[in-house]
Amino acid sequence: MPFPDTEKLLDALIDSIRGNIKPDTGIIGIHTGGVWVAERLHASLGIDVPMGTIDIAFYRDDYSQRGLHDSVKPSDIPFDVNDRDIILVDDVLYTGRTVRAAMNELFDYGRPGCVMLAALVDRGGRQLPIEPRFVGAQVSVSDDELVSLQREDDGALHLSTKPRPSASDQS
Amino acid sequence: MSRNPQLDGSGRLTHLLSIEGLPRDVLVNILDTAQSFVSVTERDIKKVPLLRGKSVFNLFFEPSTRTRTTFEIAAKRLSADVINLNVGVSSQSKGETLLDTVANLSAMHADMFVVRHSQSGAPNLIARHVGENIHVINAGDGRHAHPTQALLDMFTIRHYKQDFSGLRVAIVGDILHSRVARSQIHALTTLGVAEVRVIAPATLLPAAVDRLGVRVFTDMVEGLTDADVVIMLRLQNERMNGELLPSAQEYFKNYGLNPEKLAHADSQAIVMHPGPMNRGVEIDSSVADGSQSVILPQVTFGIAVRMAVMSMLAGQS
Repeated sequence: MPFPDTEKLLDALIDSIRGNIKPDTGIIGIHTGGVWVAERLHASLGIDVPMGTIDIAFYRDDYSQRGLHDSVKPSDIPFDVNDRDIILVDDVLYTGRTVRAAMNELFDYGRPGCVMLAALVDRGGRQLPIEPRFVGAQVSVSDDELVSLQREDDGALHLSTKPRPSASDQS
Repeated sequence: MSRNPQLDGSGRLTHLLSIEGLPRDVLVNILDTAQSFVSVTERDIKKVPLLRGKSVFNLFFEPSTRTRTTFEIAAKRLSADVINLNVGVSSQSKGETLLDTVANLSAMHADMFVVRHSQSGAPNLIARHVGENIHVINAGDGRHAHPTQALLDMFTIRHYKQDFSGLRVAIVGDILHSRVARSQIHALTTLGVAEVRVIAPATLLPAAVDRLGVRVFTDMVEGLTDADVVIMLRLQNERMNGELLPSAQEYFKNYGLNPEKLAHADSQAIVMHPGPMNRGVEIDSSVADGSQSVILPQVTFGIAVRMAVMSMLAGQS
């Protein structure tokens, strides 16, 4: 099934967020795809607060089954999260486990005022009570397919599907 | 020849016993992971939940303050339970064998042993006898290896110098008895520095030192010339009783790092020391506390590096 154009999804996501944020709202992207989306949101929405990034490797719930992932990126939240509105950004929302891990990590930085979730696409299949506040589009993908985001050399983002390699999870 | 006992069937680290034989990508992966733990150690809440429910036993058959403490902090920041055992003063003095001690602790559901022992190879022996879900980290064994010290040194060098490829690194002091030097030399050559130099009096050089792929100097000024990194080693007091060295004063005169000798190194050179330092024996206070010294950052980075090693091992079950 061909996907909606990724750049159009980004525009839709940006439009849905515009008007719903405060000047001091913080944007935090979840590595790796979520960071790419967050960079675009951050630039388009003209937010003054510098953008944050989170790598959930140290908070994953499958560490004892799968071990530590290679190429863990440092998390970096360059603003005080206490009492601040935060938009957590991911590329593909699926089981919700990534978002749970990201929220656990976020709360180790402080006590945010309000945490909202933005996702480029929502493919359903939730295993946790987590719902996005902003979403580019809802898509229907079979369970044996993997949705992933790539970034081209010119910075353009591109969503695609491929067969799932094994019984891994993607959230 | 059997495969490296530190790696599992798919090439992932399951014990950390020695730097020797570890591929470059494994070392780089440890350093990269440690970089992410540095950002954890800079937060208000310096803890992550990775090792929640795991028990780490610090098994020290030889005294140590800094290494044991930083392993303890690292394990606690990973949310593990930490049990410290100074075995020299308990079971061993009652005659229990090393493997019996380990078997008893395994029966208490240990997940990881951090082992320091005066006998080279003791951690390897333990690693061969523990169950497959138990991981062993060598925290210094005899004259053999001290891999986490070498890794934190590599992390420190990369932090200040970014790239290993063009570096001239001089290791100064008691190379003969130093497990730290041995691990550093293996790490530096694996990571591909331009040149590893060792500087020591002939009595403190191992017989086959050239086989380690290093340049050997007995004159300190010659060895330090244009060096980018100067690593000083601790001179243990028991070496100074006349058999290998005439006196501490004589040693300091020839091999102690003072500002005059350091001036021969590159002007941006960093000075490192694994600690504990003997001020006035191998290093002058003005250098130890000077602007080129990165001795205290080494200690801080040691926590992140040990968190990286522990979290990479404990996930392999």
